[in-house]
Amino acid sequence: MKILGIESSSLVAGVAIVTDGVLTGEYGVDYKKTHSQTLLPMLDELVKLLELDLDTIDGIAVAAGPGSFTGLRIGSATAKGLGLALKKPLLHIPTLDAMAYNLWGAAGLVCPIMDARRSQVYTGLYHVEAELQVVKGQCAMGVDRLIQELNGMGERVLFLGDGVPVYKKALEEGLMVPFAFAPAQSGRQRAASVAALGELYMAQGKTETAAEHKPEYLRKPQAEREREGDRT
Amino acid sequence: MKEEIYILAIESSCDETAASVVKNGRVVLSNVISSQIALHTLYGGVVPEIASRKHIEKINQVIESALEEAHMELEQMTAIAVTYGPGLVGALLVGVAEAKAIAYAAKKPLIGIHHIEGHISANYIEHPDLAPPFVCLVVSGGHTHLVIVRDYGEFEIVGRTRDDAAGEAFDKVARAVGLGYPGGPKIDKAAREGDPEAIWFPRGKVEGSPYDFSFSGLKSCVLNHINHAKMMGEEICVPDLVASFQASVVESLVSRTVMAAKGYGYTKVAIAGGVASNTALRSRMKAVCEKEGLSLYHPSPIFCTDNAAMIGVAGYHEYKKGVRSGWDLNAVPHLKLGER
Repeated sequence: MKILGIESSSLVAGVAIVTDGVLTGEYGVDYKKTHSQTLLPMLDELVKLLELDLDTIDGIAVAAGPGSFTGLRIGSATAKGLGLALKKPLLHIPTLDAMAYNLWGAAGLVCPIMDARRSQVYTGLYHVEAELQVVKGQCAMGVDRLIQELNGMGERVLFLGDGVPVYKKALEEGLMVPFAFAPAQSGRQRAASVAALGELYMAQGKTETAAEHKPEYLRKPQAEREREGDRT
Repeated sequence: MKEEIYILAIESSCDETAASVVKNGRVVLSNVISSQIALHTLYGGVVPEIASRKHIEKINQVIESALEEAHMELEQMTAIAVTYGPGLVGALLVGVAEAKAIAYAAKKPLIGIHHIEGHISANYIEHPDLAPPFVCLVVSGGHTHLVIVRDYGEFEIVGRTRDDAAGEAFDKVARAVGLGYPGGPKIDKAAREGDPEAIWFPRGKVEGSPYDFSFSGLKSCVLNHINHAKMMGEEICVPDLVASFQASVVESLVSRTVMAAKGYGYTKVAIAGGVASNTALRSRMKAVCEKEGLSLYHPSPIFCTDNAAMIGVAGYHEYKKGVRSGWDLNAVPHLKLGER
């Protein structure tokens, strides 16, 4: 089975191919250039290097949110366009699940945090010691509340994500449980994890059509929130 | 036998998700438009984030319908054309990323198209006899340009608005008198019951630039008129007011277009863009062109609104010229006409 993974939910943009449980190729950058300029050229490069016939892909896994609204849509539109042209199913991978999957095998809690602005993070809590187990599903929440919850759970926590540099001080000051931060090779979103989770989803039949796929933003547009009277 | 050229075109620059299949740059085999107007009416205008979210939800269905209605398969397409600017960046990016992925996976050439080039090209669909050179007035919610079309894909902008686009002025005045969004069609309809000579509003001029437009002064006059009437406790006759406002806009548009045609020595005049559907503009332009011996061309309303057929027509001409875009094609929200 061959799965293409696409990740563009944050500043990171990446593509990866997982073939029968092996990561056969990965290309990713964490750079300011827009995903619109990098994502498809990276895929093209990877396809050439692997001498890959795109028609042999079984499914297209995409980090489907939360994340930067525009970043998510570039990834989604790319996946939808590929799915339409290749007539292949899509695999809707929750961004934070895939991030936690970076750290498969770690003991204690894994807590990916993405900076969601307005003093909030997109986060979730996972156990990954033997399999990816969702302890708390991905959501947007205040850092203070996250720290409270983690202190209440009493487990060691391993953090990753672009929320780490933003909230490092708050975490260090507020946490009463042991904690650590993931190293460079697993500290941000990776297309490899999206593709690997995609392979699991595919085996479980958790697919969707390219037409029905849409990102999961976890947040309404600002205009909609304001119209509904929420001015937070 | 001449090879047929089929362009699959995608447009998502504002609040319409659209796809179309165009044959040989003239024959529209399908023209699918998913409009979001009802959604944005709640907010009195287009909300970019909401527009972008709708685009991503609809885009595959719209493209698949366009192929189905044309009774064609993606494999039969010669190239994929997509609007990459100007427009709302988040909205444009959906169409651009989608078009790139489709072109890449289907191994087809990709052609990025300027939205205004699309509007101008809409005129070729129903007028097989129309060929450059001609003068084209492009008027919509975001654009007011007077363009000389020297050849297919070759433009010179000789006049532009210095402030509001014509369609923007329509929207603002419509909001001020309570007609709502979108302002253009609402004013067009209300004005039919009014007297365009009831109130005299100034015709905006730009000193030293005879072909440029200005609508902000006019807009202020209309708003002042409304405020003054309110202060005096006088009732406003909305049809008279909007008919008079519309007459001023139309006069500015028509006089400069005709002046440009005569000044540059062209005998053909075209209009394009959402406001080109305005009935007062059409009838006045027709009357003046007839009087001045100019031939007038304009698309049907369905090709005036944002649509992908026009992008397919422009895509055909760019394809013939050898224009190809790379996989790093980006959305360019302030793209200038004639630039790449």
